[in-house]
Amino acid sequence: MKIVISLAAVLALFLLAWLGVGVLDLKTLFGTVLPYVALALFVGGVVYRVVRWAAVPVPFRIPTTCGQQRSLPWIKQSRLENPHTGLEAFLRMVLEVLCFRSLLRNTKAEVRPGGRLIQGSSKWLWAGALAFHWCFLVVLVRHLRFFIEPVPGCVQLVASLDGFLQVGVPAMTVTSLVLFGALLFLLLRRLVTAQVRYISLPADYFPLFLLLSIVATGLLLRHVVRTDLSAVKEVAMGLVTFSPATGEGAHWLFYAHLFFVSVLLAYFPFSKLMHMGGVFLSPTRNLAINNRAARHINPWDYPVKVHTYEEYEEEFREKLKTAGVPLEKE
Amino acid sequence: MSSEAKPDQMGYYDREKLGQVSLQPGGRDWMDVPVDMRPGSFIYPAKDKHLRYFGLPNPRQWFPGDADWKLPENWKEIILEGIRERLSKYRSFQVFMDICVRCGACADKCHFFIGGGDPKNMPVLRAELLRSIYRREFTTAGKILGRLAGGRELTVDVIKEWFYYFYQCTECRRCSVFCPYGIDTAEITMMGRELLHLLGVSVNWIMEPVANCFRTGNHLGIQPHGLRDTLDFFADDIEEATGVRVEAPLNRKGAEVLFVTPSGDFLADPGTYTCMGYMCLFHEIGLDYTFSTYASDGGNFGLFTSHEAMKRLNAKIYAEARRLGVKWILGGECGHMWRVLNQYMDTMNGPADFLQVPTSPFTGTRFEHARSTKMIHITEFTADLIKHGKLKLDPSQNDHIRVTFHDSCNPARAMGIFEEPRYILRSVCNNFHEMPENTIREKTFCCGGGAGLGTDENMEMRLRGGMPRASAVRHVHEQHGVNHLAAMCAIDRATLSTVCEYWVPEVRVTGIHELVTNALVMKGQKKREVNLRLEPLGAEAKE
Repeated sequence: MKIVISLAAVLALFLLAWLGVGVLDLKTLFGTVLPYVALALFVGGVVYRVVRWAAVPVPFRIPTTCGQQRSLPWIKQSRLENPHTGLEAFLRMVLEVLCFRSLLRNTKAEVRPGGRLIQGSSKWLWAGALAFHWCFLVVLVRHLRFFIEPVPGCVQLVASLDGFLQVGVPAMTVTSLVLFGALLFLLLRRLVTAQVRYISLPADYFPLFLLLSIVATGLLLRHVVRTDLSAVKEVAMGLVTFSPATGEGAHWLFYAHLFFVSVLLAYFPFSKLMHMGGVFLSPTRNLAINNRAARHINPWDYPVKVHTYEEYEEEFREKLKTAGVPLEKE
Repeated sequence: MSSEAKPDQMGYYDREKLGQVSLQPGGRDWMDVPVDMRPGSFIYPAKDKHLRYFGLPNPRQWFPGDADWKLPENWKEIILEGIRERLSKYRSFQVFMDICVRCGACADKCHFFIGGGDPKNMPVLRAELLRSIYRREFTTAGKILGRLAGGRELTVDVIKEWFYYFYQCTECRRCSVFCPYGIDTAEITMMGRELLHLLGVSVNWIMEPVANCFRTGNHLGIQPHGLRDTLDFFADDIEEATGVRVEAPLNRKGAEVLFVTPSGDFLADPGTYTCMGYMCLFHEIGLDYTFSTYASDGGNFGLFTSHEAMKRLNAKIYAEARRLGVKWILGGECGHMWRVLNQYMDTMNGPADFLQVPTSPFTGTRFEHARSTKMIHITEFTADLIKHGKLKLDPSQNDHIRVTFHDSCNPARAMGIFEEPRYILRSVCNNFHEMPENTIREKTFCCGGGAGLGTDENMEMRLRGGMPRASAVRHVHEQHGVNHLAAMCAIDRATLSTVCEYWVPEVRVTGIHELVTNALVMKGQKKREVNLRLEPLGAEAKE
């Protein structure tokens, strides 16, 4: 049910784009207005969310330690798993953000009769997630060629490296294929693995279907429909230079592609996709673990009712005496 | 097994049946599955007198099986306001509510899920119990789309579900190690329990110790004369085992070091032997130290109650150090106590600017890593002594012992104290074997009784939760003949004894400093024939 709803939502978006551009020819709406609205929502939304998170204090230093602490000089500290300094904590975050360090630890548990636990290595989620995120980044970088004139050398380099297989004209890019494959894998995993299927919400399926649709329309545009790229560039440059162009000659499927991207942008700040910003703010990861070396301040600390020694001695005076324990007041 | 056994006794549970677990959830959506409040799986509620003594709201008589939990009339308002307040005070809570992608990496990392198969014990779903309310009440999408956006209505049944599952989490933080964003279920559970406390929904196994600790300084409610007797009794046993008479000073002003340990070490075997171990060690090296009757517990069940309760119970440690005029503080073998000391104490009750940077009077080592908090862990202290050759050790006195080491959750994942205890164990035992890699260090499994769940009322959950740890213990027992499990945590020593008795009866539980002292050659000792448990010592004890 959750899957059907998510899939239906994405199909509805597709129909909307087809109806809007393919039938009603609302190119300004789909090619200019909606992208601007989406971008505004994206930028405004992301900034709002991050600023709101950052405004909430971190009262305690609570990082998860995943390696040996710094203590005695002859014991080797695990600097990346138990960072003691700001630099070490930064490097821990670099590993986390760029290499998905924590996912790399993943294991799979199985219980055999008699309560015997078997835990095997399980790197598939790590591999799939890493492939998806990195390829998505490369594809984004490649798309800069539509938005910048002249196209920077580095973008061209990425594009040509990406097409190293030299299959088809224009060349099939490796990252697009891996991206599509990784998304399919992440979707299948969600459908097939009992644990993940059980916890999944429509909000987990919807972005996957949306991203798959973006990649699929992109691949179709490049390799099947072979839309007029100069028209596409005209639209893209129009958006960047604030001189909107209708892009006569661009296939309606291009507008569907653009519409999906717009929806993704607008949806992003209000969804779990904000993990992109949140990962940087996670107090269990981004703090140096120098708990006993430097005092952490809680900005909203307040006095609490305690049981003072004086009250304690008052209550247990006779018993303290009997036990021969020295007292403050005899 | 015995048909007369009750749900709070391990004999009630058939080992074959309990060991059959499916980790493949399915069927109805979790939001439609009601809580199964069966005896043996939950803990009895806090008695009203304890709530009253500690000054917590809504003290009353009630029982989880009742339909009516006698919540305050405006309970819903209280919860929503409580959530709002915590979202604005803890970035962890706000961020963890927002960024989970339900990737499932944490799903099979929880010992309660692995041992029981209940999908709501998957850390991600435990968090969703709270997150679903957050979405419905605090996010626009949730308000409009409701269940479609993963939101659900806050009802009394939700409160019951929270009670059930937030007291089926030991705040061990294992899931947080595997989470790509470090989402820490302990943090979620702590918030959940704080919210429940606003309604007077809590468990007696935590609230009674909290009330005791506030009044007497320790969870067990040991009063000054009781502590004196206990320590004297330990000294008698030590004398019988070693021929050496040791002292255990109480509230002695001007001592160099205040020693604080979990009160479990005073009362519960085998923790008591560990306490004797400290006493022997301190005597042997001539440490100028004192115990305190007022700060007679480093453990802090306030951690399992609320941040405020934690601060209230923790305050006595610095206060006592100041009153006694000690230079620094030494802490015994405990798990959650060290979470509090390492991650909260300085912030809550510091600065400890009246103390000095801990420095070993025997080796001259300055413990720079504790220069602000001024408190060090006993294994840091002892490892340093051994490294500098300050202890005369005869590890062959532990030759009948084949030991493995259980990393306790909090020292592992809130400190990262892995090598110190291992160095000590290797120095005092000739036979040390590690459990499988995925079950030790930062990936260690909880004993199943942490965070205030170590009672008998929830015996089924404890045996289930202890299963992953026991499985690894059994592995080294079968592979290497391991017969002792060492743990530096008072709760471990109590609860793993039960877990081992049930799953791996051949293995028994010990503490690090019990083993240290059994290998320690003391000045003026008689020929050591028995250990601190007064059992035959050394190779001759081999069966």
